[in-house]
Amino acid sequence: MQSETKSRVDQLTSPAGHPVTVLRFEGDIASTSKDAVLGAYQGLPKGKVKVVLLDFTKVDYINSSGIALVIQLLMEATNAGQKVVAFGLSAHFTKVFTMVGITKYAGLFPSQAEALETL
Amino acid sequence: MSERKTTNVEVRLPSRMGFEKVAMSTASAVAKLMGFPDDRIEDLKTAVAEACINAIEHGNRLNEKLSVGVVLSASVDSLEVKVIDDGTGMQKKPAKPDIDKKMHGEEDARGMGMFLIQALVDEAEWVAGSEGKSSFVRLVIRLDKDA
Repeated sequence: MQSETKSRVDQLTSPAGHPVTVLRFEGDIASTSKDAVLGAYQGLPKGKVKVVLLDFTKVDYINSSGIALVIQLLMEATNAGQKVVAFGLSAHFTKVFTMVGITKYAGLFPSQAEALETL
Repeated sequence: MSERKTTNVEVRLPSRMGFEKVAMSTASAVAKLMGFPDDRIEDLKTAVAEACINAIEHGNRLNEKLSVGVVLSASVDSLEVKVIDDGTGMQKKPAKPDIDKKMHGEEDARGMGMFLIQALVDEAEWVAGSEGKSSFVRLVIRLDKDA
């Protein structure tokens, strides 16, 4: 019933010249998305990645189990000394992420360009 | 929707993760017919989804022989949604998630469903059924609520 979560990795450079690793998600983010969310993050080369950008532009549905996966990703990234920024959430999910406190650990931006400007 | 009358819509879901989206779509369609603004419909969809997930996972313990009942009652100025399962009901009040504790591994990263339900609708109550059956969560959103 839930649409499979897909994820892919892109490499970008911020306007300030910093390398940025982008995790782009597509589909639902729910309890079945562990591999696509945490697995994709854990597959990034440790030590090389300093900034991770999460792209939610193509995500329609996130439930509390999916939010928990994002929190686990943030926890691992914080422990690894990485900065995490997210973009592309709908107004509703921006509100939900803010309500649960995620904004304390990851900046949320409407678009990729606005997120990159801060890096 | 006619005035001074309650219109009921009922859906029965299998206790299988993912089927909460059927309830979300139904609630969204009813709320649209009633004239709720888009942002309130999004709030309702998330609250209904979380209520159904709790019913499937905790109430019916993923037992596919049991179903989750979703009853939507539309009146002139509010929409009530009851999500009914065969569990013993929620014993604790929803706590606000503590992101710092979650980030430090002192609190389960999960466990935000009840908090989201309560935060996104105008009324939420959890009612334990008698003899461990027909427990339900009751949600209400009102049309006159400022966005």
